[in-house]
Amino acid sequence: MHTVHWVLIVAAVIYVALRLIPGKGWKIAPAYLRVVLLCMAAFLTLTPFIWLICSAFKDKSIMMQYTFLPPVSDWFNGALNLDNFRHLINVKDISPQGPVSFWQYIVNSIFLSCTITSINIFLSSMAGYALAKYRFRGRNIIAFVMIGSMMFPAMLLLAPLFEMIYKFGWMDTYLALIVPSAITVFGIFLFRQAMVGVPNSLLESARVDGASEFRIYWEITLPLVRPITAAYCLITFLGTWNAFLQPQIFVQTQSKLPLPVVLNQYIGLYVQEYGIFLAGTLLAIIPPAILFFILQKEFVAGLTSGATKG
Amino acid sequence: MSANVKKSKGGPDRHPLAPWMFLAPYLVYAAVFFAYPLLYAAWLAFHQTDGPQASVFVGLGNFKFVFTDPRFYKALTNTTIYAIASICIQLPISLGLAMLLNNSNSRMKGAFRLMIFSPNLVGQIFVGVMFAVIFTPHYGLFNKGLDALIGWGLEEQWLQNPDLLLPALIIISLWMYVGYNMIYFLAGLQSVDKQLIEAAQIDGANSWQTFIHITIPQIKPIAIFVVIMSTIGSYQLFDLPFALMKGQGFGPGDSALTIVGYLYDWGFNVGDLGTAAAIGWVLAVIIFTISIFQIKVTHAYDVD
Repeated sequence: MHTVHWVLIVAAVIYVALRLIPGKGWKIAPAYLRVVLLCMAAFLTLTPFIWLICSAFKDKSIMMQYTFLPPVSDWFNGALNLDNFRHLINVKDISPQGPVSFWQYIVNSIFLSCTITSINIFLSSMAGYALAKYRFRGRNIIAFVMIGSMMFPAMLLLAPLFEMIYKFGWMDTYLALIVPSAITVFGIFLFRQAMVGVPNSLLESARVDGASEFRIYWEITLPLVRPITAAYCLITFLGTWNAFLQPQIFVQTQSKLPLPVVLNQYIGLYVQEYGIFLAGTLLAIIPPAILFFILQKEFVAGLTSGATKG
Repeated sequence: MSANVKKSKGGPDRHPLAPWMFLAPYLVYAAVFFAYPLLYAAWLAFHQTDGPQASVFVGLGNFKFVFTDPRFYKALTNTTIYAIASICIQLPISLGLAMLLNNSNSRMKGAFRLMIFSPNLVGQIFVGVMFAVIFTPHYGLFNKGLDALIGWGLEEQWLQNPDLLLPALIIISLWMYVGYNMIYFLAGLQSVDKQLIEAAQIDGANSWQTFIHITIPQIKPIAIFVVIMSTIGSYQLFDLPFALMKGQGFGPGDSALTIVGYLYDWGFNVGDLGTAAAIGWVLAVIIFTISIFQIKVTHAYDVD
């Protein structure tokens, strides 16, 4: 019998016992079951992360030996160390353009994600503002085209995009990644939904005071929809940070690659020493995790606002 | 500023071109990166290309080829099995967890929601890289865990066995997306009218009857939304199997070949953008058809 079985049996016995207790137990039992099931789900979800963290610090000689960590007595004998991280950072990748260090990829990913996220928030919120706060001829047609365009899979446009990027001369430049991601229809709708709720009287009084239309958008409306901006910031950042297909296709120079493409290379490169690419994966998921913990409340609200408001 | 603009609801003194200025970036973007590629994709689909330079008109040749290629049917079957599994396995679990959370107190709700959602921070590529190791025979976390739990599977070669590769993909996507869909169901459940449930309970309905007759109809809009989004997402699967196979091929016997993988193979390994565009259109039509079918079916259910 494995420990896992004992834990499950004990949990089940407690449940049965609670149900057998007359009166109070009958009420506590469902709540207890709920917590047990949720704990199981959380455990299954978190285990791969715990395993990832353990593996990243394990010495390669004991990588296969223990599922998670070696016994505590071995921890300071070198069984746990920073070799994987050291290798990752000190050993540079060879490329036709010269050696590239791991830092370079982190910088690339941060640069790309921050640039795309800021441009995208700016342009999408502007378009959302126009749809939310102006009545003009053609507004419905534009909204209709937007909804229609969301139905086409992005993959359909990939082959033509490849040809266009080639003809523009953007191959192997960040323009190929930044410009096609500069605005999203999803973002426009998210901002439109939020900005409709901003009171018109506020905008009117600013207009009476002589504020320009752009200032009304930038200094009054945008600060008022801060939660949606935060949510959309995280959604866009995660999307670009994890983007793989476009950089894989459009960027060839090793020193320009973002993390997902590089880690996909490493998995083939370090077949026998997977501690190295697991350490790389761990480093790669830290920045979005930090951003998520800062913005998580807004994130959940933003994800679901489109679906519940309709 | 034109002061003689008719005073509409918008108020005094606003430039008639203002909304168009705000929309200008989108309009340019939509013309260059949506409308043009879409038309171009239609044009490409009827041409044979060899690299981005040469092209010859081939009529329906690309489509004919796609529909006679056994690999296309392999990709279609794999993707469909994956999509059905996503809907039939993943969504009920998501709904179940959302219901468990909905009945919990708020502090517990926040903590569990955060934990169960956390895999979504990790992109499919990073997940693929992790799980390529987790599914290692004898040493992998999954193999060891399964062995501890049911005494089977320690030596299974999940990623080398054509029969087990697709189940492995489904298991990974379960880990990734259960929390994501749970967030949507939770939002739907929070908007269910509590008074209706109490009224039903007073009338003597048991919890199963309450669930079927009160909860399900009320969360139906969001459930339809989740089902459609999940289907669309499933049919666009690419990154995860690509990373899981270490970027080399699509698994033994193409058992991890998806429609987008097939498109990628033609467009960017072979360099035939015409066939890739044709596959893209076929995929678009498949997604359209299924979405419309799902909307119709669920709507028809609504009428009676």
